[in-house]
Order: sequence, then C-alpha cells, then structure tokens
Amino acid sequence: MSIELDFGAILIEWPQLLKGVGWTLFLTLSSTVIGVSVGSFFSWIQWQKKSIGIHVVSLYVESIRNTPFIIQLFFIFFGLPSLGIKLSAEWASVVAMSINLGAYSTEIIRAGVEAIDRGQIEAAYTLALSRAQTFKRVILPQAYKKIWPSLVSQIIIVMLGSSVCGQVSTEELSYAANLIQSRNFRAFEAFIIAATIYLALCILLRSVLNRLGQRYLFGTRRG
Amino acid sequence: MKLISIKKIALSLVCFLVFSVLSVQAENALDNIEKNKVIRIGIPTDYPPYGFVGTDLQPQGLDVEMAQYIADKMKVRVELIPVISANRIPYLQTKKADLIISTLGKTPEREKVLDFSIAYAPFFQGVFAPKTTTIKSFSDLVGKSVAVTRGAMEDQELSKLTPPGVNMKRFEDNNATIAAFVSGQTDAVGMGGAVAVNIIKQNPKLGAEYKLLIKNSPCFIGIAKGEEELRLKVNAIINEAKKSGEIDKLSKKWLARSAGELPD
Repeated sequence: MSIELDFGAILIEWPQLLKGVGWTLFLTLSSTVIGVSVGSFFSWIQWQKKSIGIHVVSLYVESIRNTPFIIQLFFIFFGLPSLGIKLSAEWASVVAMSINLGAYSTEIIRAGVEAIDRGQIEAAYTLALSRAQTFKRVILPQAYKKIWPSLVSQIIIVMLGSSVCGQVSTEELSYAANLIQSRNFRAFEAFIIAATIYLALCILLRSVLNRLGQRYLFGTRRG
Repeated sequence: MKLISIKKIALSLVCFLVFSVLSVQAENALDNIEKNKVIRIGIPTDYPPYGFVGTDLQPQGLDVEMAQYIADKMKVRVELIPVISANRIPYLQTKKADLIISTLGKTPEREKVLDFSIAYAPFFQGVFAPKTTTIKSFSDLVGKSVAVTRGAMEDQELSKLTPPGVNMKRFEDNNATIAAFVSGQTDAVGMGGAVAVNIIKQNPKLGAEYKLLIKNSPCFIGIAKGEEELRLKVNAIINEAKKSGEIDKLSKKWLARSAGELPD
C-alpha cells in the first residue's frame, strides 16, 4: 500500500465544506464586532483611571488571557447549563470567541491609547470636548491606527481558534473536515484541504481588514 | 529564479513523502511486533466500561484487558495508545497502531479501509433520553436534538435510520457527547448500551432510560489492511480465549452479561 491522494473524495462533499466556511466566517465576524467593541469599551473604562473599573477590567483580562480557549468554551457550553443558562453550540461559540477576543483586544487597544501624546488630550479639553468625546473622537481613532496590525493578527488568531468550536458540535470548517474524514477515512486529504481553505480565508480576511481599517477607522479622510 | 526554487522545494517534498511511505511499508506488522517485542494497541479511555481511566489514572476496562491479554499471548509488551472514535481508524491507516481494540463495529465502509478480526465482545447502541420524553420510534426524534460521537457507528447508523428533521449534534469524543447530554444540551443521546447504563446510574437526576435500539454490533479488533499474518494470529488468540472461557469471563466482569454467540 502506498498513499494515493484522492482529493475528489473530499471535494465531492463540498456542501458540507461550504457550510463549514460559512460558519467559520460567521463566528469570526460576529466575534470580531462584539470582541472589538468590548475591548474598546473596556479600554475606555481603564482610561478613566477609576480604581474599581481598573480592577474589574484587569480581573476579566487576566482570567481570560491566562486560561485556554477550549476550557472557556467548555465552561460556557457544558458548565453554564448547570446554572440554568443554556446556549446552543453556535451561540456558545460566538460568546466564547467574543469574550476571548474582548480580553485580548482590551490589552491591545489600551497599548494604543497609552501611546497617545498627552498634548492631544489637553488640546481636546481646550476645545471644550467632554471626556467621552475626547476618548471617542481624538484618542480612539489614533489608537486604532497604531495598533491595527496587531489587532488584525489577533482576529486571525481567533478565527483559527474557531476550529476548536467543532468540539461542541458547531459545524464550522474543521468540524466539516473531521466529519468527512470520519465517513470516508481520507484524513490526509481532508486536512490538506481544510488547511488550504483556512490559509485562503486568513489571507482574504487580513487584506479586507487592513483595507477596512484604512477606509473607515483612521483613513485619510478629515472631519 | 524564484520559480525554480519553489519547484525544487516541491520536488524534494514529494521525494520525502514517497520515501517515507516506502520505508513505512517495508516490513509486515507481525514481524515488527516480534522483533521489537512491543505491540501498539489503540484503546478508548472515554468509554466505560470498555475503556476508561480509573482512580489510579491508569486505563482499564474490557478493551484494555483484551489488549493486555493479546500482548501476553504474543509474549510481547503492550503499548496502549488512547484513541477516540474519530481518530482510531487514521491511527491504523498511518501505522501508528498495530491493532485497534476500541468497541469497533464492522461496516462495509470500514471494511474497505481496514481488516477485522473475529468478534471479541458483545455491544449494542441505542438511543437514550429522559423518561419524560416520549420516544417510541425513530420518527419521534424529529425536532429533537440527539448527541452522538462523530465517526462512531451510532453517528452513521442513526443518520440512516432517522427521517430528516432530526437535529444531530456531533461531538468530538464520547466524553463531550456524554457531557452534552448530561448537561441538558441535547434532548437525547445515541451511544453504546453498557456505557449509557453506567452514565444513567451515575446521574440519577437525569431520569434517563433506554428508548430505541440502533444496532446490535459486536466489537471487532481492527487491523491495518493487508496485514494477513497479524490478523490470523489475533484470530487464533481470540478463538483460543473463546474456548478457554476467557472471553466470557471478560464480558461477565465488565458488562455483567455473558458474551453469547459472537460472529466470526
């Protein structure tokens, strides 16, 4: 026996793969929106420098950043039902990924916020901007610009991390690959194809996010 | 220039693959086992009473004892490899394991990619659900969620038996399947009978019971395709164990029932 690659056996299951890609993208996009919003909000709280806010945020950030993603997912999916909170596999995945990205992006955005020159803030106050306005209109856009590449990398990491969600029966891409290989025993081909699709998705997502950041978050537009 | 180097890299990768494939298949499995004095056997650790981890953190169960028994009879050391439903066949295909003793049922699909010994233990899969849920036939499952382990026989058999509209939730390994059912994430679960009985006993609050029979499918030992010498050797050991009553003893010890008539 020698290894004969039969990609056709995998590609014939394309509806399953397509569905997997769909779920992977849905999980990534929804957790990106929620996670980055959470991160921006928490870095706002940290910026206020109120001790209770800082403690709450750092408790969240540290407990998420120092535990494995799969444990967080299992906690939400298998653990919370005993407290009466029952989320479907898909929602548990979205929640887990959002919470995860939220913690990392809090730290990333905070770094950007801290890098803003003090003079900018003083100038904003001189123009009679409120604290909230200063943060939202002056600090945050500049912070995004500084940390956008690392934020995009973190989003990519979260997307690759979504492959873990198949463990709780969310039908994302690696779930599809696993299901196909458990049916036709073509594990090698299934994972080669899954890896190729992940690679393509990453390159695509990275270029889209880079462009979106340029265009909408800190672009060359004025005003 | 750049193009050439990529071609070279691709070529060397292909060569590497070809050579590694060639070197793997040079010797037959039985010779290897006898030469190295060790047999690598894939066993479950998430499927009591067939294979699970005891309080001493050592694997135990019917499949584990069977693995030990075969190694003893072959007078070699056993190296136990924990496998799950979804990866046990790839382990065999890639020759990372010599045998798979993991409640493996025989199906025509599987026979295409691996060989089977004769059966060594009884096994059936069923659908289990809380007593308060009415499930009298497979069509009663429509609109309900059923947890199964991806790549396990109940996954494929149940997919064939149920009408469309059943929400099949496929989990990575048996532990996750069990956890999903026990935590109430799914309405029902499809799994091995002896395993389910254990879980129901441990979780009286569930009030779960046996609902439907998926399939009676005794356990076979999986052997890599074409390893005929090894297969005959394993068959001889099982036949001998059947005669000496060892198979029946194992079944009584772990499943609390006699092994009955096992197919060849």
